[in-house]
Amino acid sequence: MTAVDVAAPAQASTVKTGRFVYIASVFLLCAWVLVPLYFLLINTLSSPEAVTSFPKSFVPEFNLGSLEFFWNFSGILNAIKNSVIVAVLTMIISIAVGAPAGYALSRFDFRGRELFRLLILLTRAFPLPLLALPRAVMFIRSGLDDTVFGLALVHATLAIPFAVLITFSLFSGIPLELEEAAWTLGCDRLTAFRKVVLPLILPGITASAIFAFVISWNEVFAAAVLTIENRTLTAFLLASLAESPLYLKFAGGFILVVPALIFIFAVRKYLFAMWGIANR
Amino acid sequence: MAQIEIKGVAKQFGSYQALHSINLSISDQEFMVLLGASGCGKTTLLRIVAGLETPTEGEVWIGDRRVDHLPPRDRGIAMVFQNYAVFPHLTVFENIGFGLRMAKVSNDEVKRRVERNAELMHIEQLLARYSGELSGGQRQRVAVARALAMEPDVILMDEPLSNLDALLRLEMRAELKGVLAESKTTAIYVTHDQVEAMSLADRISVMHQGRIVQSATPVEVYRNPAEHFVAGFIGNPPMNFLSAVPEGAGRYRVADKVLDGPNGASEPLVFAIRPEDLTLSNDGFAATVKIVEPLGPHLLATCDVAGTMFRAILDSDMTVKHGDKLTLAPQDGRVRWFDPESQRAVA
Repeated sequence: MTAVDVAAPAQASTVKTGRFVYIASVFLLCAWVLVPLYFLLINTLSSPEAVTSFPKSFVPEFNLGSLEFFWNFSGILNAIKNSVIVAVLTMIISIAVGAPAGYALSRFDFRGRELFRLLILLTRAFPLPLLALPRAVMFIRSGLDDTVFGLALVHATLAIPFAVLITFSLFSGIPLELEEAAWTLGCDRLTAFRKVVLPLILPGITASAIFAFVISWNEVFAAAVLTIENRTLTAFLLASLAESPLYLKFAGGFILVVPALIFIFAVRKYLFAMWGIANR
Repeated sequence: MAQIEIKGVAKQFGSYQALHSINLSISDQEFMVLLGASGCGKTTLLRIVAGLETPTEGEVWIGDRRVDHLPPRDRGIAMVFQNYAVFPHLTVFENIGFGLRMAKVSNDEVKRRVERNAELMHIEQLLARYSGELSGGQRQRVAVARALAMEPDVILMDEPLSNLDALLRLEMRAELKGVLAESKTTAIYVTHDQVEAMSLADRISVMHQGRIVQSATPVEVYRNPAEHFVAGFIGNPPMNFLSAVPEGAGRYRVADKVLDGPNGASEPLVFAIRPEDLTLSNDGFAATVKIVEPLGPHLLATCDVAGTMFRAILDSDMTVKHGDKLTLAPQDGRVRWFDPESQRAVA
C-alpha cells in the first residue's frame, strides 16, 4: 500500500508535465504560424513611416495607404485575374488527369503499377528550373509562351503528382464491394462511379483541387520565367517589388497571403478529410 | 424459371488454378450452399455466377440464357456481400430502392417495394437512417432487403452472416431461410460454417481445392460422405478413421476387431465411423480414455484406439475419466469405407 501511496503523486506529476509539454507545443506551433502573419498585418496597415520606425507598435494604425497604393498600381488587377485563371486551370487539369490515374492505381492491377507510383513521385525530384527552362523554349516554339494556359500546364505538372496520390488514397478508402454491389444492382462501371464512388470522394476531390489551386497561386519561378505580359500576381509582385520600399513589400506580401489563407480556411473541413481525419 | 447450369467452369489466377472444371446444376427455387474451407474456390465460383469474375473457361447459364459474357446487371441476379456493402451516402430507403431506381421503376412502385421488403426484414422503422447509424445486424438486413427488392431470378450470398455475433447469426439464419423460401428465388449461398450449411441448404456442394467433391442433401452429405475429405470436414467432431486390412471374403481387420466390409476389395481400406454412432458394448474396439469433455446434452470422450485418436459421443450421465478402458462398438449401417488411394467412398 505504500507503493500505491508513492506511485500516485509521481503519476500525477507525470501527467502534469505531459500536459505542460502539450500546451507549450500547441502554443509554439500557433505562434510559429500566427506571429509572422500578425507582423505582416500590422505593417501592411501602418503608414510608411511607422513601418521603418523602431520600436514597433503592436496595434495596427488602420492606415490603408499602402493597400490603396497597390489597388491603384497599374497591372495589379490584371495580375490577380491571371493568377486566378491559371490556378483554376491548374485545378481542372490536375483533377482531370490525376483523379483517373488515382482510380486506376487503386482499382486495377496492371503491369508496372508500383513503378508508375514511384515515377509520379520522381517528377517532384527534379528542381523546377530544370522543368521550366526547357519548357520556356518549347513554349516559345509552339507559341504557348506568355499565355495563362501554358503556365497552367506547368503548374499542373507540379500539382498532378499530389492529385494522383491523394485521389489514389481516397479511392482505396472506398471498398470495392460498394462498386460491385452497384454493378449487381443495375449500374455499369460509369454509373456505379457516378452514383456511388463520386458522392463519397467529392469532399476529398474538392480538397485536392484546392490544394492544386494553392500550389499554382503560390508558384513564382515558372510564372516569372514563362510570362512577360500576362504575369500572375506572384511573378508581378516579384518583378515590381524588388526595388520597392519596405512598406510596399509588406503590402504585396499581404495581398499574396490573404487570398490563399481565406481559401484554405473556407475548405478546412475538406482538407482534414483529405488527410483522413474523420470530421463529422 | 431460373435454374442455373455451370458447365466446365475453370478459373486461373496467374499460375494458380483456383477452380478445376466445375460442373453443377441448380434447379429453380433450390437453395444451394457452397461449403468449404477458405481458399477452396467457393467465393470465386459465386463471383463467376455473379459476373464479378470472368471464368478462364466454361459456361454459365441462368434460365435458358448463357450469361458468362454478360455484365452483372444483365444477369437477373442480386447479391448480398460479406461486408454488407450498404451505400454510406444514402438512406436505408434509397439503399433498398437503389436497384429499382436504376431500373427506372416508378416512384410509387419503388415506395411500395421498398416498404414491403423493409417490413419483411423488420427494418421499416429505420428507413430514414444512414448506414453509419445502423448496427451490423441492421446493415445485413438492409443488404438482404436491397437484394430482395430487385425480385431477382437468383440471389447470391457470400458469407452474409459471418460478420455477425453468434446469437444474431442464429436468428438471421432462421429468418433468411423463411424469407428466401417465401420469395421463391433460386439461391446460392457461400459459407465455411457447416452448421449454417446444414440448416439452410436444400443441397450442399462441398468444395475442396478448386473442385466440388460432393453435391447432395445435407443428410446425405452427413451420412454418406463421398470422399475422405468430406468425412473429415463435416460433423463436429468429424468422423473417426482407422485403417482396415483385408482378411478375404469381404472381411477386414480394423484395430483388433474383424468386421464385414465391402466385397471384392483386396487392398487395404480406411474404416470410418461418426463419434455418435458408437455404443458401449462388450464386443468392440478397446479404447483408452484420454480426454473427457462434458458438453451438456452429451459427453465427448477422446480415446486412443490402436494408437489412433478416436472420439466417441456418450450419454451425459456416464461417469468416465482419464485412463478408463471402454469397449466401443460401431452401429450397424453407419460404417463408411474409403479407398486410401482415390479417397473415394467404397460401397
